[in-house]
Amino acid sequence: MSPSRTDLPLLWTLRALAALAGAITLLIVAFLILEAWPALQTPGLSHFLTDASWFPASTTPQFNLIPMVAGTLAATLGAMLLATPLGIAAALFSRFYAPPAIASWFRRLLELLAGIPSVVYGFWGLVVLTPLIRQWAPPGQSLLAAILILSLMILPTIALLSETALRSIPRAYLQGAAALGLSRWATIRGVALPAAHCGIMSSILLAAGRAIGETMAVLMVAGNIVKVPDSLFAPVRTLTANIALELGYALDGHRAALFVSGLILLALIVLLVSMSDWIMRDDPGTAPEALTQAQVPQHG
Amino acid sequence: MCRARIRLNALCAFLLLMVACSGEPQQSADTGALTGQLTLTGSSTVAPLIGEIAKRFEQTHPGTRVDVQTGGSSRGVADARRGTADIGMVSRALNADENDLTAYPIALDGVAMIVHRDNPLPVLSEEQIVAIYTGQVTNWREIGGADAPITVVNKAEGRSTLELFLGYFKLRNEDIKPSIIIGDNQQGIRTVAADPNAIGYVSIGTATYEASRGTAIKALSMGGIEASLENVRNGSFPLSRPLHLVTLGSAEQASALARSFIEYAASAAVSDLTEAQYFVPLTH
Amino acid sequence: MADRIATVFMWGVALLISAVFAWIVGDLLLQGLPHLSWGFLSATPTDAGRAGGILPILVSTLLILAVCMVVAIPLGLGTAVLLSEFGRRNPLFGRLVRYSLDVLAGVPSIVFGLFGNAFFSLYLGMGFSILSGGLTLACMVLPLLIRSSETALRAVPDDYRRAAAALGLPVFATLWRILLPAATPGLIAGLVLGIGRALAETAALLFTSGYVDRMPGSLLDSGRSLSIHIYDLAMNVPGGESNAYASAVVLIMLLLIINALTFRAADRWLHQRITAV
Repeated sequence: MSPSRTDLPLLWTLRALAALAGAITLLIVAFLILEAWPALQTPGLSHFLTDASWFPASTTPQFNLIPMVAGTLAATLGAMLLATPLGIAAALFSRFYAPPAIASWFRRLLELLAGIPSVVYGFWGLVVLTPLIRQWAPPGQSLLAAILILSLMILPTIALLSETALRSIPRAYLQGAAALGLSRWATIRGVALPAAHCGIMSSILLAAGRAIGETMAVLMVAGNIVKVPDSLFAPVRTLTANIALELGYALDGHRAALFVSGLILLALIVLLVSMSDWIMRDDPGTAPEALTQAQVPQHG
Repeated sequence: MCRARIRLNALCAFLLLMVACSGEPQQSADTGALTGQLTLTGSSTVAPLIGEIAKRFEQTHPGTRVDVQTGGSSRGVADARRGTADIGMVSRALNADENDLTAYPIALDGVAMIVHRDNPLPVLSEEQIVAIYTGQVTNWREIGGADAPITVVNKAEGRSTLELFLGYFKLRNEDIKPSIIIGDNQQGIRTVAADPNAIGYVSIGTATYEASRGTAIKALSMGGIEASLENVRNGSFPLSRPLHLVTLGSAEQASALARSFIEYAASAAVSDLTEAQYFVPLTH
Repeated sequence: MADRIATVFMWGVALLISAVFAWIVGDLLLQGLPHLSWGFLSATPTDAGRAGGILPILVSTLLILAVCMVVAIPLGLGTAVLLSEFGRRNPLFGRLVRYSLDVLAGVPSIVFGLFGNAFFSLYLGMGFSILSGGLTLACMVLPLLIRSSETALRAVPDDYRRAAAALGLPVFATLWRILLPAATPGLIAGLVLGIGRALAETAALLFTSGYVDRMPGSLLDSGRSLSIHIYDLAMNVPGGESNAYASAVVLIMLLLIINALTFRAADRWLHQRITAV
């Protein structure tokens, strides 16, 4: 069933929609470069990597962004390490372990968690979480606090989207596993996870993007000190928090420097996406066939 | 084409009329003849106050609309320059390179040093504060407190409270060794209230209000003068700042509506609102 | 043995998540419920939000959400259909779009805010408006919607497509009658996630839909969303916490209601689709 002539308008409409969706990114990138341009000319990109520290509004401005890049990477990586197993476990629980009634409640709960505003997470982190960490290792507002809050925020994304992927495994696979007398865990490990791994991977990537981009909650719990973190308990500043903290108060060169933070953030994401693109492509995987492959040739 | 021309002419006539009207003496303004829309953007410190003033202004001047947007002092300056906003809100004095704007003070605010309520030290000298913020003193024990590391809370770059603080203590931001950097006042209050070893500085009205309702902070006196709104009002408290509205160009270049709003915002008719937002009104 | 350990682990994780959830929501309810009343929902805010209610803010929030979804759903669904069903006809185009969307998913919300401010508010002249805020949010939730819709569509067994092709159904009918209904649960999960994200967003709206807490008269008026109201009360207004908590409770209830309605509507739609065939 390749699209017949009557289907062409539909196909072109879909293409137009997709092109529009894809173009938004280009528009944002172009806009970021435009705003960052003055800072890229003077002081120039090298200052963002080699200056002693970050004092963009000083009389002798310094623009080192490396500590913020390190902060963003550390917080994101930590949160991924924590949230990925928990999120997948939550998805597996809801799909394979929980009785239907509980599973449905559990899903509802995850959706609610996804909808709590980041201010509320940040608020809770600042009032409840950081004092707990402070008793252990002051000052409390730290990389660890950022990792914990971020994990909490991206967990629902991983869990809900993974669950969608798990639910979409053809029933025959699971019936086959049952017929072979596989235990529940063996079924999950041998059949369900491999069959759904594409969807799960994409949920993890989406969550990683969210973790890199999260602003308000991190700003409230991370301490925001511009320094490469030397321990879990050290306060850190992420690129996003840097933008949010200073943008409303920045003029001219300082403002352009903040847009360079935005560009670097975007570069990190492009790197992440390229990496995942590469991983996913090399993997023969189980990319499901789609309409075009299921076609019955009509035109000979 | 023809219709467009007519419209254009009508528009011109209308504009001329507007100009003519605004050239008239402002007697009719108070009777509600002012109409139109004003947009204000800028300082998040000033925005809640102006929001309340705007509501009362709209009530007393039917036919006007005043939209208040927040974002930061520099945004107020930038938007007023670009014309995105009719009036900018700025919580500091204007810089030397901002003389293309006219600033109108509408209220006063002060900055107070705060510590946790359980901190045994009754007062800190200015030298001690400088020593703490520059990292020469890192433990409360060294200045007679408990044996605990000091959590130094500083404000993020660009905030006018930071500039005021640095200016008063003659410090450079590069010299400060902070443990935590915060954005807004309430974040500072919460950080200090949650940490018995913390020291920070916030807007004075916020500090006295929070202390009075039982939040675990206390404001320190500065140079022997108690940190209170009363002392900001009588001018004796050293760390105070004006809150400004700014317009592009000279005062005459502002629209009649903008001028009338600015006058209203600095008048005694709204001093109860100013006090309700924990600032000090100028008229007394 | 491994099976037993796995079972214990899964239940443990579920309990842990529920416990943390109960902690956060319990905290919210404890602090927020005492301030919640009919009067709070039906009054306008006074004294910078410390007193009064949140009616205009509720209205603005719903309008922003409506604009966002009206734009994002067709755009997202269309793109997802193209990527999952026709992706192989033009692999390069598909990959470019997907790549671009993956990047978009990682753009921080504050950057969306700046973009929305510069593009929708200034360049397109919408000013601070609900329209501008809704469109900015639409850009933001789009990758989420597309990802989840694509996953859901790909999950529909290929037998369905073969059967439809064997019946000689045109592509549109295959989509409308078979694929979309079959993918509905997954589509809804994505939609709910998107709504959650849109409702919770602060940074992207601060510079686009704005801060005005008056009742909006049209989509071109500035309107403050619940999340911004919470942010402002919690971070900027001394003594605003209790109303911030109450507003957060309202936000979560709103999310619950919208979720329930979405599932209800989806069930009905599914029912009609299938019986109508």
